[in-house]
Amino acid sequence: MLDQSQGYVTADGRQIGGVLMEMKDITLRFGGVTAIKDISFDIHEGEIRAIIGPNGAGKSSMLNVISGFYTPQEGEVWYKGAPRPAMKPYEVARMGVARTFQNIALFEGMTVLDNVMTGRLNHMKAGILAQAIWWGKARDEEIANREHVERVIDFLEIQSIRKTPVGRLPYGLKKRVELARALAAEPSLLLLDEPMAGMNVEEKEDMSRFILDVNDEFGTTIALIEHDMGVVMDLSDRVVVMDYGKKIGDGTPDEVRNDQTVIDAYLGVPQE
Amino acid sequence: MKDIFITPFVDMFAAPDFLLQVLWEGLVSGILYALIALGFVLIFRSSRIFNFAQGIMVVFAALTLVGFHAMGVPAWTSVALTLGVMLALAVSIERVVLRPLVGQPDIILFMATIGITLFLIGFGEIIFGGENKVMITEELGIPTDSWVLEPWGGLLILEQKDVTAVIAAAMLVVGLLAFLNYTRMGRAIRALGDDSQAALSVGISLQTIWVLVWFIAGIIALVTGIAWGARAGVSFALEVIAYKALPVLMLGGLESITGAIIGGLMIGMLEKLFEIYWGQPLLGGNTETWFAFMLALVVLLFRPQGLFGEKIIERV
Repeated sequence: MLDQSQGYVTADGRQIGGVLMEMKDITLRFGGVTAIKDISFDIHEGEIRAIIGPNGAGKSSMLNVISGFYTPQEGEVWYKGAPRPAMKPYEVARMGVARTFQNIALFEGMTVLDNVMTGRLNHMKAGILAQAIWWGKARDEEIANREHVERVIDFLEIQSIRKTPVGRLPYGLKKRVELARALAAEPSLLLLDEPMAGMNVEEKEDMSRFILDVNDEFGTTIALIEHDMGVVMDLSDRVVVMDYGKKIGDGTPDEVRNDQTVIDAYLGVPQE
Repeated sequence: MKDIFITPFVDMFAAPDFLLQVLWEGLVSGILYALIALGFVLIFRSSRIFNFAQGIMVVFAALTLVGFHAMGVPAWTSVALTLGVMLALAVSIERVVLRPLVGQPDIILFMATIGITLFLIGFGEIIFGGENKVMITEELGIPTDSWVLEPWGGLLILEQKDVTAVIAAAMLVVGLLAFLNYTRMGRAIRALGDDSQAALSVGISLQTIWVLVWFIAGIIALVTGIAWGARAGVSFALEVIAYKALPVLMLGGLESITGAIIGGLMIGMLEKLFEIYWGQPLLGGNTETWFAFMLALVVLLFRPQGLFGEKIIERV
């Protein structure tokens, strides 16, 4: 179990749990390019943790390391108090890490409902034969899974489009369906790769509300990458700031906002 | 003009029992085209690979079955063993061919399946020899009698092995559709075809699904092999009928299971009708070898995505 003594209380008075995931001295290289250089930070259970930074800072690479799409050359990822061996993305997913993608990755040919149901794949254990003839355990399982999925669909207010093929939906709704699919997996850790990218103000507000509600209602730990500084500062409990693959700041939004290195990275340093 | 537009239809109405016979024969071969096309569709949907080897897998499965039986293994045990061989084949194809080629352009993977085809032809000939074999129809308990019906005082002969083939194919298709639509693995297969990255992120293993899909294609190949072998014997010439699946796919689209089935039945029946009522009297017969391709071309002219394929809409 997690060591809850490491928990803390947020500015708005929520109790945050122990360390769920810890990145220890992660270095990731692509050939000669070092995308991430010796970065360490942790994610506590129940918090909303943001990773921010200018373009090309290595934020997405970091998220891909967490979700197993990239394997770092150096460093360790600790998950639930133990080092995690090098894993394939689907194995990481099975350990309870769900994610969304910067450029929406949905199953376009399938309906919203079917898309969200795929999020439950890891919760279905009945044998293939039992499933094929819709019998016994398989039936109960499918019904239980459907109930959970319907709860998620309700929660994200996408009931009206549940039978619509995803390919036909507008961008903002697709983003929401992707969140629903990730949420359907009941993840211990939810990774959001630029959840507001390309959205208008109204859609951004909706999405922010959903992210806060998810955290509040399901107690889901969330790590997100975002460009929009305003959104990030409002949403997150703690922020990691990256620049050129290095960590240049880590703390509450207020601490980060007033950090000179961070300001320099974002606004540039005036030439002497 | 009269020979083209009037006489054939007059003939059809004059002898409806014969028309039924023609349609039935067409249906039976159509079902087999549909089964082969189904193997293509399944693999294409889950991996975007156009599997050229589906035809030779039919031959290979049939030869393996007959081969086991020739070694003195009881018929149904041979079927089980053949399924084992098809599973082993699926595993080795995934390990040796597909896994190293993950992420390569589609055309490379297509070429790889041609490689698999050539390998299976050579390998099969070394093991089983090149001569024709007889399918172990009776040993499998498939009835070989005929039912003779007399609709409208005419004559309609249904061979029981054809009826068995049709029923077996229908069961296979229903089972497959249920599997794809209602099971975890089925959903995973459909998901993988849509977006492999997203599939990985919800915990779907690429390797497992590929093996599964190629194994299912192997099962379909075996059923097709038994049914076709019962009609025409088992030899490498059987591979040629696999090419009939190509026009079926053009008609039905590469994505759609329903399309493959309807396309297969349509081609089977239309080519028989054309052969009997137009081909033989007007063109000297033997139109079955090319009619399907011509039909597909005409369809492509008007509907490039096939009759049932998903419409390609590009947002600009």
